Amino acid sequence: MFSIIGLIKAAVLNGTPLLFGTAGEILTEKSGNLNLGVEGLMFMGGAFGLAGAYVYSVITPNPIGFVAIIIAIVSAFISGVFGSLIYSFLTITLKANQNVTGLALTIFGTGVGQFIGEIMRIRIGGNVTIPNVLKNAFVDPVMPGFLRNIPYLGDILFSYNIFVYLGIVMVILMHYFLYKTRKGLNLRAVGESCSTADAAGINTDRYRYFATCIGGGISAVGGMIYIMTISGCVWNYSALSGEGWIAVALVIFCFWKPLNSIWGSILFGGLLILYLKVPVPFIPTQIYKIVPYIATILVLIFVSMKQKKENQPPHDLGVNYFREDR
Amino acid sequence: MEKTHAIELRNITKTFGKVVANKNVNLYVDKGIVMSLLGENGSGKTTLMNMLSGIYYPDEGEILIDGVPVTIKSPKDAYNYHIGMIHQHFKLVDVFSAAENIVLGLEEKGRLNYKNVSEKVKEIAEKYGFKIDPDKKIYDMSVSEKQTVEILKVLYRGADILILDEPTAVLTPQETEKLFEVIRAMKADGKAIIIITHKLNEVKEISDVVAIMRKGEHIKTVKTAEVTEKEMTEMMVGRQVELNISRTDVIDPKPRLTIANLNMYDENGFKRLDDVSFIAYSGEILGIAGIAGSGQRELLEAIAGLRKVDSGSIIYTPENNKFENLVGKSPIDIKNAGVSLAFVPEDRLGMGLVGSMGMTDNMLLRLWNKKKGVLVDKSDSKKLAEDVLNELEVATPSIDYPVRKLSGGNVQKVLVGREIASNPSVLMSAYAVRGLDINTSYTIYDLMSKQKEKGTSVIFVGEDLDVLLALSDRIMVMCDGKVSGIVDARKATKEEIGLLMTKSDREAQ
Repeated sequence: MFSIIGLIKAAVLNGTPLLFGTAGEILTEKSGNLNLGVEGLMFMGGAFGLAGAYVYSVITPNPIGFVAIIIAIVSAFISGVFGSLIYSFLTITLKANQNVTGLALTIFGTGVGQFIGEIMRIRIGGNVTIPNVLKNAFVDPVMPGFLRNIPYLGDILFSYNIFVYLGIVMVILMHYFLYKTRKGLNLRAVGESCSTADAAGINTDRYRYFATCIGGGISAVGGMIYIMTISGCVWNYSALSGEGWIAVALVIFCFWKPLNSIWGSILFGGLLILYLKVPVPFIPTQIYKIVPYIATILVLIFVSMKQKKENQPPHDLGVNYFREDR
Repeated sequence: MEKTHAIELRNITKTFGKVVANKNVNLYVDKGIVMSLLGENGSGKTTLMNMLSGIYYPDEGEILIDGVPVTIKSPKDAYNYHIGMIHQHFKLVDVFSAAENIVLGLEEKGRLNYKNVSEKVKEIAEKYGFKIDPDKKIYDMSVSEKQTVEILKVLYRGADILILDEPTAVLTPQETEKLFEVIRAMKADGKAIIIITHKLNEVKEISDVVAIMRKGEHIKTVKTAEVTEKEMTEMMVGRQVELNISRTDVIDPKPRLTIANLNMYDENGFKRLDDVSFIAYSGEILGIAGIAGSGQRELLEAIAGLRKVDSGSIIYTPENNKFENLVGKSPIDIKNAGVSLAFVPEDRLGMGLVGSMGMTDNMLLRLWNKKKGVLVDKSDSKKLAEDVLNELEVATPSIDYPVRKLSGGNVQKVLVGREIASNPSVLMSAYAVRGLDINTSYTIYDLMSKQKEKGTSVIFVGEDLDVLLALSDRIMVMCDGKVSGIVDARKATKEEIGLLMTKSDREAQ
């Protein structure tokens, strides 16, 4: 019983960076932009989030945990918006190929993240880290004690850090925005059929810029969460690498629906951590590590076979729009 | 007081690169009037209307609404001026419901409440006599239902000027009748309506005035009641021009292709070929005329084996008189039998040539299966490329220069040269000279004539009636997937063909 609860808890914690990465990419892809740069955005978010919190801890005599969290979120978000702005300018304004631009953003973002992370390490000597008081703010449970003390349920539902709950609120808000508001309807129309949206009087470029930049910012926050919680506020690029690609795969897994990304990211978070929590001696960890990808392939096959209209990618995903194109 | 019109166009000009799509167009429509915009394909009807709906922006000229000059920069502007366009290819989001499509892009105050939307939609639908289920998804809808949603979408936005781009092209006669009732109801409501069409009987039936376009220019606007179908056709096709294309007499014609009762439906269940029957003879050029989309392309692709036919037969009779039914055969077998399809220029490069390859490699595309072995032997294709280069005078830096970078005429020469090199006994071509200059066009006509003299049966789908009349021996006219008539090109007149092209019933046969 204990190990199952332990696995669930680990799955949720490991899934949270994925939740942000995936939800951000869902918002982006709903606008018809296939941003393959999530990996780069998460790197940048991780490095700038850590840098933001670190700078804050250095310049303030008595740093406050909550403020550090806000600063980390904001600096990660801004770095993500910046990366996505490059992507948006190239694909929306200059109509460059989306796949190539996305891959370039991955290379650029991982490079920038590495650079910032390494430069901090060298300047300070040793691994960059922040005072324990701030560190704890990132990982400590936020729910009040009486909830956490409920047997089993308290452990499964209320024992997590602030980002888990932030993520769930963010995803619910995104769902509400996409499916209940006019702006959300318009955004989905832009991704489904850009020419239709244009003919309906929607400023398609503005929607694509907006969704891609906000989405990229959210994805970048995912990278920050990974560094500040799982990686223990230490820059660790090898642990972070691959998260962004799993997020891209998760978008497909979730059928481009924000709410699905909650259970999707928990499932993948669990699959990622399986080798630590449920080790079987004769199975090498490498086999464990390919499980998430096999799951993605299976889901892709299943989705393609079912051909349900609602579960298909946005129709104009990956297609740049030019009004006077004939 | 000067009379103002619901909408007026003054000296509108629009060019795409070197192509002039509209030239100095002056037009106006009044409230409570249905105007037909009549013209052949490529006469600039849709381009002109796209400038009203904000898809294109005119290079010159001005647009006036109720006598006030306006600037329409985007579809949003058009809606603000109460202009609504129903595009030929529907602008609807497939996975959305009708109601969602209708409110798309609207900037109304307050929360999005589909109940209110549905009610308002039903109200409008009732007023004009539609039937609609606002919650139905577009992908579950028939073509006619989708059109209904499109019309409701613009009415919901309060459009006073409605533009319908070939609204009846995809409808059954019963659905068309229903649509016309709706249009009459909208007209009675004081809306100005413009219908783009090339069906003369519909012009007569529904519209009050008809504006005729030809080659990007506005020829004339007349009251429908005061004009005959023959007069409209004449204005549409223009005066006959004599072309200097040498045409030899047909020698010893033998049936080469016998097409009987060919029927074909497309993936949407729409009938593309309707009981098509004709014979193509050896040593003659059979011209095929018709408004684009009347089934010409489908016919050629059916013969070449690229599309599945639903019923009917295509009997091929080569020199040795051995009959063969081509229906159900693979494109390669048909090709090897000697039936060659050359140039489909809607995507001239896409279907015939690989743009980034040179002439040699493109020749190889047809010759690759002639040789055995693992490695590619390019000697034959290189020789062929050189032959084509010299004989047809292709202007290219070298035979390995990417064909994509050649001019349209030279690309066409490469393609036709390759097809002719395989000594086809049936050579089919579609819109072979589209986008080519006069000289290159004549080279292509010459090549066709030479093939004919060699005894090949040439099928030539063309747009320019003058060319068809001067080049072909017989002209088959297609309309709505049917053969509306086959005429002797030496005796027929342009008007005769024009009438056949626009006849949607089968009186002609």
